[in-house]
Amino acid sequence: MDFDHTDEQRALRDAVRGLLSKTYATIDGRREATAGDPGFDEGMWSRLAEMGVLGLPFPEEAGGMGAGPVEVGLVAEEMGRVLAPEPFVEAVVLCGGLLARAGADVSGIAEGVVLPAYVGGPGVAARCDGDRWVLDGSVSPVLNGARADLLVVVAEAGGTPALFTTAQGERTSFSTYDGGRAARVTFDGTAAEPLGDPTADATGTIEYARARARVAYAHEALGAMERALEMTRDHLRDRHQFGKPLSAFQNLAFRASDMYVSLELARSTVLWASMVLADGDEAEGIEAASRAKLRAAESGRHIGQEAIQLHGGIGLTMEYQVGHYAMRLTTIEHLLGDRRHHLARLAAAVGGHRTVDPLR
Amino acid sequence: MKLRLSPEDAAFRAELREFFTTQVPRHIRDTVAAREDLTKEQMVESMRTLDAAGIAVPNWPVEWGGKDWTPLQRHIWHEEMRAACVPPPITFNASMVGPVIAAFGSQQVKERFLPATRNAGIWWSQGFSEPDAGSDLAALRTSAVRDGDHYVVNGQKTWTSYAQYGDWIFTLVRTDPDAPRKQAGISFLLIDMTTPGVTVRPIRLIDGGSLVNEVFFQDVRVPADNLVGQENHGWHYAKFLLGNERAGIAGVGGTKWLLAEAKTWAGDRLREDPLLAADFARLENDLLAIELTSIRVAAESSDGKAQPASSVLKLAGSELQQAVTELVLNLAGEQGLSSDPAAGAPAWTRPAAPSYLHLRAASIYGGSNEVQRQIIAGTILGL
Repeated sequence: MDFDHTDEQRALRDAVRGLLSKTYATIDGRREATAGDPGFDEGMWSRLAEMGVLGLPFPEEAGGMGAGPVEVGLVAEEMGRVLAPEPFVEAVVLCGGLLARAGADVSGIAEGVVLPAYVGGPGVAARCDGDRWVLDGSVSPVLNGARADLLVVVAEAGGTPALFTTAQGERTSFSTYDGGRAARVTFDGTAAEPLGDPTADATGTIEYARARARVAYAHEALGAMERALEMTRDHLRDRHQFGKPLSAFQNLAFRASDMYVSLELARSTVLWASMVLADGDEAEGIEAASRAKLRAAESGRHIGQEAIQLHGGIGLTMEYQVGHYAMRLTTIEHLLGDRRHHLARLAAAVGGHRTVDPLR
Repeated sequence: MKLRLSPEDAAFRAELREFFTTQVPRHIRDTVAAREDLTKEQMVESMRTLDAAGIAVPNWPVEWGGKDWTPLQRHIWHEEMRAACVPPPITFNASMVGPVIAAFGSQQVKERFLPATRNAGIWWSQGFSEPDAGSDLAALRTSAVRDGDHYVVNGQKTWTSYAQYGDWIFTLVRTDPDAPRKQAGISFLLIDMTTPGVTVRPIRLIDGGSLVNEVFFQDVRVPADNLVGQENHGWHYAKFLLGNERAGIAGVGGTKWLLAEAKTWAGDRLREDPLLAADFARLENDLLAIELTSIRVAAESSDGKAQPASSVLKLAGSELQQAVTELVLNLAGEQGLSSDPAAGAPAWTRPAAPSYLHLRAASIYGGSNEVQRQIIAGTILGL
């Protein structure tokens, strides 16, 4: 077992980091991008497409790069480091993953000309209306729901979940507390295309796509945690009170040390979860994703809260950047199942195995 | 990145698993599994079994019985040993004094001590800490004054684990009280514990045992040949020793075994009590993160350098060990009130309180967790 990235993977990371830093070198970039609709930089989205990032996990014959969860994680981590607001995880990993798996055309996503959004909450029902399928119901929040060109919808069809796509639906946009955009999406006899067999239970497909998105989110959180700790370290060194740097106060230095422990434990688990996903067994991947999401949630909350505390009042200002990291970490914690959700899942299964063995 | 072990490492692991579960005497592994104290004879027998197979001291130089294993292989060796309830080689011998002698001892000292250190012919005690020199080890005062071809040692050591079994003790002693830095006047001296003037006094602990002791030296005459390396260079050797004390520092193997056993002890309560199940799930996720981190550290330290990240392992690993013994104590509940068989409680509940209390030491020994936080702050974060 090894946790080293290959030269190719490092090159990908450097390229993405280089591109993102053109716009997001400082928090001003994010502030500008999230100030108006759609809440991210369309130009950056196109440049990510040109670089191949938006087609990263898709098969080459579908216009993608045929890369795996490890590469996806690298990209997500870089986006987390600079708080890039582009919807990489939602659009590419989650929606793109579901579409690609169903054999649908994902070239528009890879090219950056079709932006999909995931409508995954309960509350949508599908029914046959003559020779077509229609959707009824309402879901909120749908991340980037108003801007989306295409909605990938989980709807109940005959008692089990099934997948549909539609470009319709009524969208009411609103801002989220971390600067993003979401919408309330309402269907009322809205025509939709089945993605795969609508009479078959799609639970497994959906859960696996969500697992891949969870691990990508965990990577994004990892990048954000790493930067939040770096900023906190710099602040402790630079800020003087009582005639000495804050780092001279042992209590503060120790709290930063604990943040580092949190970060490294998260890094190990999240990298491992990517490798489990890359290895192919879906059930193992789904469980590993819950473990990574739980760990990222716990470490992310710890690091986000401490980053603010160790910065003092400035950490709470919109002007200063560290608070934005705490906001984003808080948001990520609640997407696709919070820590309670994942802990409960793991707890329900805890009697079914003697140990968890990462070395195979 | 690679999830699976290489075929070579997987075969290596299978071989060790086979050895540990079939070749180490059953009575020893049963004692560990019952979480009872091993006798000196059992610990020595176990180490001899490992030594006979050539795997007691893989961390030593090959010419003195070591193995040229990768850090990952050493990790596997250690974790498989713990999983099979095999007591690890006596740490004072295998991890502490042995590597120091092999690295810094004269040829004569190596030949005299290393074979007996490897097969537990000598039981070593560690004489580092003193009443006024704990975390601030360099403040130690035990003196060694040269008198012809002997040193005359006076002073007191404390927290000396298993000194009641000790044949010899390796000590840090002050040989130059006038050195400009307190670290500079210290030497590394080997002392036969049967020498007149050496007294051992057990310290009773809240776990009910007396594994630690005070050791007093009153005009103890030690041949100058027993010096390791150069006079007044002992601090350097001690730092080398502490930097080497890394294999299995997170205690993952033992903790994993205990957590797995605890599931059995919990029985139906695991299904009936969701809070208990959540406790297990959370500890299991913590354990996973620490195990993965220890593999990461092992994989990254293939150049042989000690990783500052081992402070993370010491911190997180000791806190997890404590949390798991706390869980077991909670599982035992009222049944854990006494380890006396007369109480008629299930056997697994008897060690619950003593080991919970014993493990409070895990965040103190091996460099207290506060010292580890200081190392992380200084070495890694640059604070």
